[in-house]
Amino acid sequence: MVAMSGGVDSSVAAALLADAGHDVTGVTLRLWGGVTDSGCCSVGDVEDARRVAAQLGVPHYVFDEAEEFEARVVTPYVRAYDDGATPNPCVACNQELKFGRLLDRARALGFDALATGHHARVRRGDDSVVRLARARDTAKDQSYVLVGLTQRELGHLAFPVGELTKAEVRAQASAAGLRTADKPESMDVCFVARRDRVEFVESRVGARPGVVVDVDGHELGRHDGIARFTVGQRRGLGVALGERQYVVDVDRRTHVVTVGPPEALLRDDVVLRDLVFTHTRPAPDHRLAVQVRAHGTPVAGVLDGDRVRFVAPAPRVAPGQIVALYDGDELVGGGSAC
Amino acid sequence: MPFVAYLDHAATTPMRPEARAAMEPFQGDNFGNPSGIHSVARRAKTALEEAREEIAAGLGCRPGEVVITGGGTEADNLAVIGAARVAATQGRGRRIVVSAIEHKAVAAAAHLLEPEGFEVRVVAVGADGVVDLDDLDDALTGSVAVVSVMLVNNEIGTIQPLAAVAERVRARAPGAVLHTDAVQAVPWLDVAAAAAGADLISVSAHKFGGPKGVGALVVREGIELEPRLVGGGQERGLRSGTVDVAGAVGLAAALSATNAGRAAEVVRVGRLRDRLAAGLAVVSGVVPTGDRRRVVAGNHHVRVTGVAAETLLVALDRDGVCAAAGSSCASGALEPSHVLAAMGMSRDAAREAVRFSLGSASTDADVDYALEVVPRAIERLWVAAAPVAAAG
Repeated sequence: MVAMSGGVDSSVAAALLADAGHDVTGVTLRLWGGVTDSGCCSVGDVEDARRVAAQLGVPHYVFDEAEEFEARVVTPYVRAYDDGATPNPCVACNQELKFGRLLDRARALGFDALATGHHARVRRGDDSVVRLARARDTAKDQSYVLVGLTQRELGHLAFPVGELTKAEVRAQASAAGLRTADKPESMDVCFVARRDRVEFVESRVGARPGVVVDVDGHELGRHDGIARFTVGQRRGLGVALGERQYVVDVDRRTHVVTVGPPEALLRDDVVLRDLVFTHTRPAPDHRLAVQVRAHGTPVAGVLDGDRVRFVAPAPRVAPGQIVALYDGDELVGGGSAC
Repeated sequence: MPFVAYLDHAATTPMRPEARAAMEPFQGDNFGNPSGIHSVARRAKTALEEAREEIAAGLGCRPGEVVITGGGTEADNLAVIGAARVAATQGRGRRIVVSAIEHKAVAAAAHLLEPEGFEVRVVAVGADGVVDLDDLDDALTGSVAVVSVMLVNNEIGTIQPLAAVAERVRARAPGAVLHTDAVQAVPWLDVAAAAAGADLISVSAHKFGGPKGVGALVVREGIELEPRLVGGGQERGLRSGTVDVAGAVGLAAALSATNAGRAAEVVRVGRLRDRLAAGLAVVSGVVPTGDRRRVVAGNHHVRVTGVAAETLLVALDRDGVCAAAGSSCASGALEPSHVLAAMGMSRDAAREAVRFSLGSASTDADVDYALEVVPRAIERLWVAAAPVAAAG
């Protein structure tokens, strides 16, 4: 079974598997019943997926997961921002829907594997362990949003475009005459695409205004709502400041936003929750690459219990942010920052 | 090609050879616009009026009472909206009474009128899937503009007591116009008799072996409607636009053939359906929906406890069994059924409901095949859904 979003990557994933002689079935998840503009769930995208499947001569189905998406992705997302945290809805969607419910459904229907268009690589070595590695196209690597995968899932997953560069994916799509060949990439969170995140969150839970203070607790001004701020943010602070200032803390209880100079952001460590490993926990002294954003530059660190110790002080990781741990190009696990 | 058991006749039916043969000339040399005055137009006009007579004979009305439409939805829209607007203009009331299990073509048309000051009164149905006549009585108070109760439900197949409905409407709301959506009824019931008490009757050709995109609305003499499409004034001004002559001819041929063969076909398909129902009844978790004694011969509707219909339908399709559940939205995803909700079924239970609809194309081989595939698929999905510990 191939999860087809209607984008070029999953179209080519399906094409590659079909060409290789697999018994392929395409599925598109209908995730969002609200304003559908970009992302993975508008009627136009479903139609693209359906047409590509038809072109490949494979069946295609639509599964309605709008209620589950709302409950497991959108609501926690809004709640997180309302709590002053920085959620990653793509990771939640992958964990809960794509590699949770959809994979279960694929298995129940007797499919050997679920494939998606993610840029990442599944490696099967001589041992029985299935490893997860960065994509060949490092600039397009999406292994970060696959944090949460374990042996349970990895044994039944395939990421066919992980071995291709994005340019090669588009070239393959063009060569095969797929209608999605030139489709632009979706960039933002699919359900807030055209609207802005703050407006989306505040339309659901209202604004939580408060004060902005410096690191010594001096009040610098007022702000219109904590959902507007995320730790590490520099722009849009709404207060006139002489030097470069960053959000260093968002207090969900008092709605106080603290700003400070870059050095005030630096931390020696970050504590993780929901820590999972793709196969085994790395040794406590093993040097890992720690990545805290989808396309962020990793920093060096070691894992000590549920605490990641940075080798050199690093900018604070916002609560809720996903922390991915790599050993070389292999994703060994991760969790979300406390 | 692998064997495919088509058990989705309520969605659409294969075209009858009679309809295809009858339509053929009008997709070729006989291409005229029936509204013209010349010989080519006249040939088309003659064919259209002959088709109209044939349709009228089949539905128990006069030829002048048949309005050709672009399908069942258009007929339903024209009936409900058209009759309601006229009633309001004439001061006969702004209440619209519809059953809770109407097709969306009726329900959405009724609700469309609410901003204009119409009140939509939804009549309850019982757990048997049949309209509650006591609640209908309660609804028939004050000035009622339109009452719309379908003849056969499209999901669960229940036959509605239209004669009793008509009797109550005449007694309690004599000024009301009674519409019935008979779209699902034609293969199974003699609509001329079953809908004799209705002022407006909708049918759709493709549900009984005719082409898609053509339907008819019977508008009894004396019933006024506001048109939904205006322009050239075709169809007595009730439906402007050049009439689809081939479609009308196909509808007429399919209707006549259906009427002629119905008695035998109801027995034949009913036996097939009963065999399917009996075969599925012994599969654990399969629970028939509503009152199965009150459904048409082609319908079997069940809930498969613990198995999502969405998943089961994919499993069946992979093995070549075509079935359905609920109704589909624009993207093709399934939406929870308002019909099952009206019967008091929970949302979760409704997500486990599957419809098998047999009809003209159904054979013993289809039932044999379905009885091989469906229980196996249910069992497999059950095992997959069971907790790991229980599965060993």
